[in-house]
Amino acid sequence: MTPIAPETAQNPTLEAAPGSPPAPKAARRRYRHVDPIPWWLKAFGGLVVVFFILPTLFVIPMSFSDAQTFEFPPRGFTWRLYENFFTNPVWLDSLRNSFLVAVLTAVLATTVGTAAAVALWRLPGRAARLVRTLLMVPIVAPAIVVAVAVYIAFLGWRLTGTVTGYVLAHTAIAVPYVLVSVTGALGGLDPRLLRAAASLGSSPGRAFVRVTMPLISRGILTGAIFAFIVSFDEVVLALFLRSPVFQTMPVQMYNSVTVEIDPTISAASSIMVVAVTVIFLLPPLLRGRGRRR
Amino acid sequence: MSSRHTRWSNWLLLVPALALLAGILLVPLIRTLWYSVFDPDWTLENYGALFTDGVTTTVLWRTVVTAAMVTVATLLIGYPYAYLMTRVSPRARGVLLAIVLIPFWTSVMARNFAWIVILQDGGPVQSLFAFFGADDVVFYGTTVGVTIAMTQVMLPFMVLPLFSTLGGIDRRLLLAARGLGSSPTAAFWKVFWPLSRGGVMAGVILVFTLSLGFYVTPALLGSPQESLVAQLLAQRTTLLLDFAAAGALGMVVLVVTLVLVAWANRLGGAVSAIGVVAAGPVKESR
Repeated sequence: MTPIAPETAQNPTLEAAPGSPPAPKAARRRYRHVDPIPWWLKAFGGLVVVFFILPTLFVIPMSFSDAQTFEFPPRGFTWRLYENFFTNPVWLDSLRNSFLVAVLTAVLATTVGTAAAVALWRLPGRAARLVRTLLMVPIVAPAIVVAVAVYIAFLGWRLTGTVTGYVLAHTAIAVPYVLVSVTGALGGLDPRLLRAAASLGSSPGRAFVRVTMPLISRGILTGAIFAFIVSFDEVVLALFLRSPVFQTMPVQMYNSVTVEIDPTISAASSIMVVAVTVIFLLPPLLRGRGRRR
Repeated sequence: MSSRHTRWSNWLLLVPALALLAGILLVPLIRTLWYSVFDPDWTLENYGALFTDGVTTTVLWRTVVTAAMVTVATLLIGYPYAYLMTRVSPRARGVLLAIVLIPFWTSVMARNFAWIVILQDGGPVQSLFAFFGADDVVFYGTTVGVTIAMTQVMLPFMVLPLFSTLGGIDRRLLLAARGLGSSPTAAFWKVFWPLSRGGVMAGVILVFTLSLGFYVTPALLGSPQESLVAQLLAQRTTLLLDFAAAGALGMVVLVVTLVLVAWANRLGGAVSAIGVVAAGPVKESR
């Protein structure tokens, strides 16, 4: 389960081969001359970058449009859609529901996922590897198949349209994200520290709280944030679990496109984009502050 | 650490996660499987019906074609991009990697709504085509529109395995080929491309597989007349309440997906690629 990016960062490339001393600047420049990046490749890269950020570029201007439809370019400038969003109980309730479900999911998934990650870190052998793979299944299984199965089961258990149902279903798909990020943090933890704690008379539980937890806190925080986002932004399961009295914000957004043609969705989309971005940027920001301290 | 007591307490820590997985995922899936094969007696009729009802095979084929188009598009766009990532300075590489992950930072519904705005009739993309004289191209409500939107969100799953493989190729081999008189194009196809095939395979299988299960994008950007398998599944479940037929179809999709992902995983760490997508932005900034 080693993530790819850190690995490849160490892979040998011409510019910086690990192990060998960095080439002097002049030599490197000469190298570039022999083996330059073609201009058309850079141009292509630029176009792909535009493709990646295109939807985000459209969302925010749309939210200030005065038009009754989804027409682009947006007409005029008005805060009306935001006013709609924050005064309409349907939108506000869905936002509140989403927030409630996401917070509960984050708490539950982080607890369950961290426990599993720590256990799997300590357990050797094939059985543990099998369990790890099994726990990753919710990430790869198609959401629609999971949604259909969960919907049929939850109908029988009377869990559709309940907070419990939403939280349980979202937790099941959020745990793998916590598992990945906590496992990543545990990779940098020296097991000898725990042995030292034990030899100094600390119980395993105390050693976990006093030694392990502080050292992997960043991984736990990252996992919690991912669990929150996974739930906050989840549409497919939510569409199946909704009831007339309880639905989340992505479901209300879905309705506003398919049923109502309600331009308030542009305001809702902007709020979602900004909220998700801010939450994602939290860990690096917190880390930056910690370093300065 | 190795005493029997701690070993047991470790397995105990796994109980909540496994219970959740079993209760929320495995039990419902097994129930669904059960519905599909006991109706009320043991039967494979529901599976046979998938191939004889005339609708399912058409939809399945359309889904496969769409997934294949998305796969080809992500490969054509992702390969040069991943290659560019291996060539630029580490700082620029970090920026390019963060940009790859943007589709995941963007909320699902916001992203699909944005694509509706972009691809709608009379929207910016259609106007652009009209400007160049092609005024009858339609994107909204067509498979092409669905493919464009899916390509954007599937690109990370192509770029990350490719970046991992391409970064490991020694470029001096290319220079050696050039030095021995090979043209740049020949050097690429004879040296670089064969060495990159592992990453290509992993990316192709991963993108194709994940594309099979898309629901929201085709439901919002496609048309009901050209629905994909996920929409059919949803329709049979919530509208027709035909749990047996839905179960059979769901099982087929699930098994195909898991087999393909396992295959991609053996080729090039597909699951860890998904893990990177999950933990990527934070990892990179660490």
